[in-house]
Amino acid sequence: MIDEKFDAIVIGAGMAGNAAAYTMASRGLKVLQLERGEYPGSKNVQGGILYADMLEKIVPDFRDEAPLERRLIEQRFWFMTDKAHTGMHYRSDEFNEERPNRYTIIRSQFDRWFARQAQSKGAILLCETTAIELIRDAYGKVVGVRTDRSGGPIHADVVVLAEGVNGLLGTRSELRPRPSAAHVALAVKEMHFLPPEVIEARFNLKGDEGAVIEAAGTISEGMAGMGFIYTNKESISIGIGCLVSDFAESETSPAKLLDIFKKHPSVAPLIAGSEVKEYAAHLIPEGGYKAVPQLFGDGWVICGDAGQLNNAVHREGSNLAMTSGRLAGEAIFQIKSRRETMNKANLSLYKKMLDDSFVLKDLKKYKDMPELLHTQAQNLFLTYPQLVSKAMENFLRVDGKPKIDKEKDTFRNFRKARGFGLIGDAFRIARAWR
Amino acid sequence: MSLEGEFQKVEEKLFQNRYLVDSGQPHILVAPHEKPSKNLLAMTHLCPAGCYSQAESGQVELTADGCLECGTCRVLCEESGDITWNYPRGGYGILFKFG
Repeated sequence: MIDEKFDAIVIGAGMAGNAAAYTMASRGLKVLQLERGEYPGSKNVQGGILYADMLEKIVPDFRDEAPLERRLIEQRFWFMTDKAHTGMHYRSDEFNEERPNRYTIIRSQFDRWFARQAQSKGAILLCETTAIELIRDAYGKVVGVRTDRSGGPIHADVVVLAEGVNGLLGTRSELRPRPSAAHVALAVKEMHFLPPEVIEARFNLKGDEGAVIEAAGTISEGMAGMGFIYTNKESISIGIGCLVSDFAESETSPAKLLDIFKKHPSVAPLIAGSEVKEYAAHLIPEGGYKAVPQLFGDGWVICGDAGQLNNAVHREGSNLAMTSGRLAGEAIFQIKSRRETMNKANLSLYKKMLDDSFVLKDLKKYKDMPELLHTQAQNLFLTYPQLVSKAMENFLRVDGKPKIDKEKDTFRNFRKARGFGLIGDAFRIARAWR
Repeated sequence: MSLEGEFQKVEEKLFQNRYLVDSGQPHILVAPHEKPSKNLLAMTHLCPAGCYSQAESGQVELTADGCLECGTCRVLCEESGDITWNYPRGGYGILFKFG
């Protein structure tokens, strides 16, 4: 089918794959990109938030053309109980800057655009094509892939595995382990359509301004998890995700958890009257630094979610994916320019570049956080939100009870929580955050 | 399960989605078993697309047509041999309109 040999084959047309393909193609490398979906984005799911800085480093003038939904000017964190939420909001007109920092995006549209940019630089994209096997030479170096299309193997100097969290190729080829249940969250999401002016009124926005709500608490029923609400132009993305290992121990179903979140008295009015047009599910890598597999070898590199490059604490993933794809592309270009081979020693340059970037520095900073969120889930997601909510209600409800008695009640509740390990948890979080 | 009636059925959620089903070629297969393992049984509530169900005889069955290709069952049940998991053929399966 394809006789020519490529400088690089990129598996996947998501954030990492498109970034890698664009970076290499724009530097003159011969790039083949394989995507198993009908079009780029047809298998991809994200909340989703786009971080401008990381895309600017790849496509500097992306704002002129990329399908962007709303620029984010407000972030709300909600600590939830069954009937209430205690919130912390940050909103600033500074985010209405000339080159806004964050946008909401819809992945199937964005990925198609991003893949087109790579194609405009010369990358060849084959959709509806699944890479099923890596081809190795006599020394074990990866030299190409076999696909589910008819025809023989396709050869390249290096294969960039940007196949996503659930990629089969890397696992089957024993380059990386299958993600463990404690290292991935299962998120479900619905797209709720509403007229733009309704969204703007409900979220206190004007024009293309957007807001994000991230919610934790009793909504995850004691599991380590979070809910989210993102405003797009004409739709609201609403979803919830919890660790697969927690889900497996529970009796609950993700769809039901989402419905409970949607019915929450703080949430329901925001999506009332909307038309749902899609229901999606996806895994999110949450294992952090300790779950990052070997990212390079003879003739291969791994980028993005496939490499667990996701910052669960800050809910960042696409920027780590894009940056890892870009750095892989730059490393491969450098090696190619020196006319050296794509062996493990040379490709370690990619890892070094990742180590020096925010990608692995951020993951390293929070290396103990995933374990903590997992082991202390009951306290963090059930006990403490209720404690805070009770304290707030006690503080605000005017009922003739002397304030001194109210304060005593709240203080007593918190003291009781010391029995659950409140102080220890605070200390552990502080240490994991440091 | 007394709350069941208050919640939307998963099938109704899937009805909004776009699929290209590869008829007669399910990409996930459940291995024959007498009694399901703990993880396989968990899939009956955990699968976000409700693809897994328990038959009256106790075995766990699968209809993969509505699969969202999230990979949760692969994470929990592939290593033990409870299931085999492959992608649908290129171009088939779930086709996210928005993602």
